[in-house]
Amino acid sequence: MTSSNDHDEGLSRRKVLECMTWAGTGVLWTVAGGVPKSLGLVGEANAQTAGFTFLQISDSHVGFDKPANPNALGTLEEAINKIKAEKAKPSFMIHTGDIAHLSKPSEFDDADRVISQAKLDVHYVPGEHDVIDENTGKLYLERFGKGTKGSGWYSFDANGVHFVGLVNVMDLKGGGMGNLGNEQLAWLENDLKSRTASTPIVIFAHIPLWVIYKDWGWGTEDGERALGLVKRFGSVTVLNGHIHQIIQKVEGNVAFHTARSTAFPQPAPGTAPSPGPMKVEDAKLRTVLGTASINVVRGNQRLAIVDTPLAG
Amino acid sequence: MKPTLPRAAFAAAMLPLLLWAAPAAADPAAANTMEVKIDNFTFAPQRITVKAGTTVTWTNEDDIPHTVVANQKTFKSKVLDTDDKYTFTFTTAGTYDYFCSLHPHMTGSVVVEPATGGGAAP
Repeated sequence: MTSSNDHDEGLSRRKVLECMTWAGTGVLWTVAGGVPKSLGLVGEANAQTAGFTFLQISDSHVGFDKPANPNALGTLEEAINKIKAEKAKPSFMIHTGDIAHLSKPSEFDDADRVISQAKLDVHYVPGEHDVIDENTGKLYLERFGKGTKGSGWYSFDANGVHFVGLVNVMDLKGGGMGNLGNEQLAWLENDLKSRTASTPIVIFAHIPLWVIYKDWGWGTEDGERALGLVKRFGSVTVLNGHIHQIIQKVEGNVAFHTARSTAFPQPAPGTAPSPGPMKVEDAKLRTVLGTASINVVRGNQRLAIVDTPLAG
Repeated sequence: MKPTLPRAAFAAAMLPLLLWAAPAAADPAAANTMEVKIDNFTFAPQRITVKAGTTVTWTNEDDIPHTVVANQKTFKSKVLDTDDKYTFTFTTAGTYDYFCSLHPHMTGSVVVEPATGGGAAP
C-alpha cells in the first residue's frame, strides 16, 4: 500500500498511478487541511472513527452479465449485505452512477430493490449507462432524480458539510471526455456563493472531475471550471466512480478519490488496449470490488475514507 | 444472415464477365455494403471511404455497450449491446465524423464519394 503523504501540486501521472490500490484490505484516509494521512487498515481504523459517516457505492452495472462478472446484481447484493452488517450505521449513502448497465426499467427496478435493503437515504448521480434510454435519462430522473435540477444535479447539507451532486455524462462531444456544461456550472457558482470558506465541501459525480487518462476519456472537459469555483474553500473532497478502481490524489485543499465498482474491475490507465471490463480469477473478483465509507469529524474538517473490498 | 456466401457465389458466377468488363464494373453488391467492427473501444476501420448509396453496418464486439452517433447528428444508433448491429445508408457525399456517445474518445469517420462515374474525381 502506497501512502500519498508525499503528494503535492506538481503531481505527475506516475505518482497518481503509484497511489492506486488494486485489492486487499481497505485503508482509512484522513484529510486534514488538504493533507491526506493514512491511518491504517480498516479494522484498526474503525476504532478511531467517530461522528458523522456516509457511504459511497458506485458502478453497480445491474444487467451486466459478461465473463468479467456474470452476476452484477449478486455482487451488489453482497455489498449491500456488508453495509447492513456494519455496526455503525452511516448517515446516508451516495451512489456515483452506472446504477444500471443499459438503462432498462428492469435493471433500475432490480438495483432499487437491492439498494433499498440497506434502509439508508441514497443520493444518486447518473453515469453514462443510466441515460441511454430512448429519452436520454428520463427513466433515471423519474426514479432517482426527483426534485433535482437540469439533468439531475442538486446540493444538500448534512452535519455542516455541503454536498453537491453533479452530472457530467450528458451531451458528450466526439473526441472529448465528461461534460458539465454552462447551465450546470452557472448553477454551481450560484449554489456555492453564500457558503462560507470554512464549510467542508463534498462534490460527487460519475466521471472523474480531474483528468486521469485522456486517451480513455477518463476526465471531465470543463472539470477545471468546477474546481475553480471551490478553490476558496478550506476542505474540498471530490468523489467519483466510472473507472472501477481506487485512485486518490490531493491538490491544495482538494482531495480526489475514485471508488471501486460493485460489478467488475477495469484496468489501470494505459495498461491494456482498452478500458473494457477486466476478467480476473473468480476467487479474486471480490477483492477488487467494494464500497467506500467516509467519516467526517465535525470541527476539525477531517474526512476519512475507508475503502472496503467485498472480500479481503 | 451472412451476406458473404451468396455474394461470393454471385461474384464467382459473374467472374468471367467481370474479368472481361474490369475494372469499372467491380462487384456491385460488395461496393454497396461496408462493415465496421467495434472492438476494444475502437471503430475498425476507423476511417472508411464509400460510394454514395452504401450501407454501413457497425457491429459491437465489445463486452460493453457502445453507440454510433454522427457529430452533426445525421445519424444516431440506439445503444448497442454485445453483438448488436446498427446500419445506416449514406446517400449524400461528404465526410461524416462520428463517435460513441458513451465513450466519446472513440471516434471514426465515413467519407462518402459521389456514386456517379468510376473514378470519383474530387
